[in-house]
Amino acid sequence: MQINGSENRPLVGGFKADARPCREPGALAARLYPAPVNNQQPQGKLMVRSTERKLLSGNEAVARGAYEAGVQLAAAYPGTPSTEILESLAQYDEVDCQWCPNEKVAIEVATGASMCGARTLVAMKHVGLNVASDAFMTLSYTGVKGGLVVVSADDPGMHSSQNEQDNRNYAKFAKVPLLEPSDSDEARRFVRYAFRVSEKYDTPVLLRLTTRISHSKSVVRPAARVRLKREISFVKDPAKYVMVPANARLRHRLVEKRLVTLGAFSEKTPLNRIEPGDRRIGIITSGVSYQYCKEVAPDASYLKLGMPHPLPAKKIQQFSRSVKRLFVVEELDPFLEEQIGALGLKVEAKAPEFRCGELNPELVREILPGKKPLRKLPGAESGGRPPVMCAGCPHRGVFYVLAKLKLNVTGDIGCYTLGALPPLRSLDTCICMGSAIGNAAGMRRVVAPEERKRVVAVIGDSTFLHAGMPGLMDMAYNQTNGTVIILDNATTAMTGRQDHPGTGMTLKKTKTKKIDYRKLCLALGADTVEVVDPYDLESTTAAIRRATESEGLSVIVSRRKCVLLDRKRHAPALKVDAEKCTRCKLCLKLGCPAMRLTEERIPEIDPLLCNGCGLCGQVCPVEAIY
Amino acid sequence: MKRNRAKEGKVDIFLAGIGGQGILLASEIIAQAALSAGYDVKKSEVHGMSQRGGSVTSCVRFGNKVHSPLIEKGSADILVAFASEEGRRHRGYLRKGGLFLQAPANIGDSLEHPRTYNIAIIGILSTYLDIPVRLWTDAIAADVPPGSFEANKHAFFVGRERGGANHDFRRKT
Repeated sequence: MQINGSENRPLVGGFKADARPCREPGALAARLYPAPVNNQQPQGKLMVRSTERKLLSGNEAVARGAYEAGVQLAAAYPGTPSTEILESLAQYDEVDCQWCPNEKVAIEVATGASMCGARTLVAMKHVGLNVASDAFMTLSYTGVKGGLVVVSADDPGMHSSQNEQDNRNYAKFAKVPLLEPSDSDEARRFVRYAFRVSEKYDTPVLLRLTTRISHSKSVVRPAARVRLKREISFVKDPAKYVMVPANARLRHRLVEKRLVTLGAFSEKTPLNRIEPGDRRIGIITSGVSYQYCKEVAPDASYLKLGMPHPLPAKKIQQFSRSVKRLFVVEELDPFLEEQIGALGLKVEAKAPEFRCGELNPELVREILPGKKPLRKLPGAESGGRPPVMCAGCPHRGVFYVLAKLKLNVTGDIGCYTLGALPPLRSLDTCICMGSAIGNAAGMRRVVAPEERKRVVAVIGDSTFLHAGMPGLMDMAYNQTNGTVIILDNATTAMTGRQDHPGTGMTLKKTKTKKIDYRKLCLALGADTVEVVDPYDLESTTAAIRRATESEGLSVIVSRRKCVLLDRKRHAPALKVDAEKCTRCKLCLKLGCPAMRLTEERIPEIDPLLCNGCGLCGQVCPVEAIY
Repeated sequence: MKRNRAKEGKVDIFLAGIGGQGILLASEIIAQAALSAGYDVKKSEVHGMSQRGGSVTSCVRFGNKVHSPLIEKGSADILVAFASEEGRRHRGYLRKGGLFLQAPANIGDSLEHPRTYNIAIIGILSTYLDIPVRLWTDAIAADVPPGSFEANKHAFFVGRERGGANHDFRRKT
């Protein structure tokens, strides 16, 4: 493997790569990062350092860093807050980017490319790493050839997730280095750095973001893409890549050795830096927590950990000796706190109640000593508008029917989880990607025959392709049978409408093969597959009735595009005939945000919001909505 | 210790409203304008649920050096309420003496398109901030679809007129 000069520099000693002159980043990059209006580069001088300042989100900055690091391939499954990493990286023509059916496939694709020497990046949300963990844990054993960076975007506070697991634990679990940036420019630089660490130490690197890093924007100074001169080809090396026990035992020893070497590296890397200040308080922190601390306690002494695993034990001891009181400020799990405590140091940290949810400057003020809360104006904090299904959402019809038929509905991850909210209240479980079908199977196997008929699984198209297929196969194989409804809205809606194998389009917006759900489900063992239009309540009701009455394994594909896909109105907005209306409020049971009650207690339709789907007209018993 | 944000050279703006009102675009424009003015800028928001009609908030902070992307409760210099109910709910973010900014109810009548409401609010806000007009219009041009620039620019100046250009944000603190 050939590596050009600029990439061969020692890893310790700062981010020299960024100080190099900024070359013309290419027409496409220029489109992404147009020159600032008031910040013209001096003309006629080639050796000028980039003075370009861009406001990028952490996700965009990760993409930029990957581009600059010469990444050849990137793979992901969309998931908030990680989605924009691949969407942004796909804008660069030089990088091969793809959505995969799930995170495990994404990491496997990246591993294959890395085995051939290509630099690869995988991005996912925290729970995505659970899906990919089988591959990830053994990837730690095989190591890499081309640098491989796994980006995990955690969601403390669960803005858009089913749990708030702390994925720093995965770095310790898999014995791989962990980098944690504190703002967008660090995200860009850390990604570049991560690739060099990955290749130097023959290890995948976990880059952990959190929602506030991923979705906050801050100033970034983009640099040029490195030109990697290396041959990309697979060279057989069974001792490294064939993880049968005999080989894996040897690789495990190397992993333990690597961890020791990385520990020594962690002591020297500029990513772990001491910022001397007031010696009365020393704060060890990382990620976005560092920013909150700097805001609240600007004068304190800091040990900022850009690489929190493996921990720089000596540096921590040195730091603890230099300060009177030692504090650890970290979000979620006591990851640093426990390890630093294990070094035998007296460390003060947050109370256990702060382990739930995300931190913010106000909470950090409570954690640190001698900080009085700021004076606040009274404001009604509670309540808040919950999200709702859009007007014209194709899921609404299905959930209305499920509610009317009083079925027990196992649900899954996606926009349609909102079917659990009032007034529809027709989704009864939601655990993880693909869980709907397995949960339904389990229920059906233990309840009495008359209740068995009332169990229905509901799963989105993207979710079904991600993790639902094995569940359906199980229902067929074990002859559990039952009803599975696939909500096919032709997109991955909740994360912002990404393509998937069922849409016929790739991430790079090229046409491709499209999954045929009917053929797929029949092949997996379904007895019948019926396609219905959820805007037609009568036929949807009939199809669900037929399926639940039948003894076999029935799949219903509820097919209608997400209304946000092309934002075209289905039909003109509907109106309510106030004279015909009997005020029965049946239409309000649809939970459509375009409908509200007037002061005369008559439903009214907002013509700006109404999509013309016509469900309310079908529900009205006196034809007062037209 | 008395905190004077303006003296520290840092301005914290908290935006609150409902999904679909264009809050994220508004905060993007404010952040871009502040960036062009040469400030360090941080902006925070949460994606995912926002397009589903839920509460949407965004923080924009700029100054010589900004650390936290989030505004601490009790420290925002300006609270911009896109919906009055959401503004009331987030009043706790405003510092003592901070500015509660809400669009006049009838401002929609003067706009070319109802969806430019967010830009009209930026027009009002701009009168309280020390950022040149050209940087505002440049930021709008960079962030709205080219076809709608004129309507948005119009909305900005409608707002700017309503805001009254003689207010001085620094004096107000």
